[in-house]
Amino acid sequence: MSAILGRKLGMTSIFTEDGQFVPVTVIEAGPCPVVQVKTKENDGYEAVQLGYEAIAERKLNQPKAGHLAKAGVAPVRHLKEFRHLANKVFLGDIVTVDSFAAGDKLRVTSTSKGKGFQGVVRRHHFGGVGMTTHGQSDRPRAPGSIGSSSYPSRVFKGMRMAGRMGGTRVTVRNISVVRVIPDQNLLMVRGSIPGPINGLVEIIKL
Amino acid sequence: MNPIIRRIEEQAAAEAFEFRKTKAGEASPEIPDFRPGDTVKIAVRVVEGDKERIQNFQGVVIARRGSGMNETFRVRKTSNGVGVERIFPIHSPTIQSLTVLKSGSVRRAKLYYLRGMSDKKIRQKLS
Repeated sequence: MSAILGRKLGMTSIFTEDGQFVPVTVIEAGPCPVVQVKTKENDGYEAVQLGYEAIAERKLNQPKAGHLAKAGVAPVRHLKEFRHLANKVFLGDIVTVDSFAAGDKLRVTSTSKGKGFQGVVRRHHFGGVGMTTHGQSDRPRAPGSIGSSSYPSRVFKGMRMAGRMGGTRVTVRNISVVRVIPDQNLLMVRGSIPGPINGLVEIIKL
Repeated sequence: MNPIIRRIEEQAAAEAFEFRKTKAGEASPEIPDFRPGDTVKIAVRVVEGDKERIQNFQGVVIARRGSGMNETFRVRKTSNGVGVERIFPIHSPTIQSLTVLKSGSVRRAKLYYLRGMSDKKIRQKLS
């Protein structure tokens, strides 16, 4: 098992060795230095904290600079913990795309694109009203009834309604690696992954 | 487009070209410029079991779409009175060679209106 942090660069398509034309997402991943190892005795749980994306020293605030100095790691923008890596990598290690190979199955997590305030048709795949006669010419995308009348006299919690959509943490499982380019720190995975271009992605090998 | 992705696409196209070159024989591995309306002959590599052979497909290019690695073109021909269309990715390694037999003069980028026409009408339209 392995894990790494990366940045989504965008999508393209490539021909694999057996001649198949597959859509791929290109991810620039790592190198990610180990910044901290959390242990049961000290922190109550086991995890490994990875850093990603080199930045200038002046962009660090003092707490983060101190935290990185403790591990002897160059300045990084992002820090993320991975419980999967516990007892697999240690302080001083640097995780690179070398720990991935074509054919590996991944779990990819990222923050999805924000869609703003959306109605129920787009947000929850409601069917809409579907009729524009019988007095409902003005509500083809309305949610319809949201509950019964005098009993229960309230709307149940969790009723699906219009609201903010997207911008949440989304995980996609069983994404397979198509190709790895170690000298450019690139991973190509089959299909799409959540989040915008240049978004931070967490990648875990299953 | 991100420069890294552009480089990947250029590299993939170059790989397809190199692959064609190794299998070339007498045909040129270069894919020439062609437009909708052109009559082309495409040598397609067909794998049957563990054997490989070349199959020719000749027809009129009726559309090109997409860009970079995703660019494809659509070729139409009439085979035994039945219209046949095939879509090829332009950088596909299964294309062995492409030759332009005749260039047509048309005003449109998408020649879908040829579908309803007889062969004779198409010939007149393209000249």
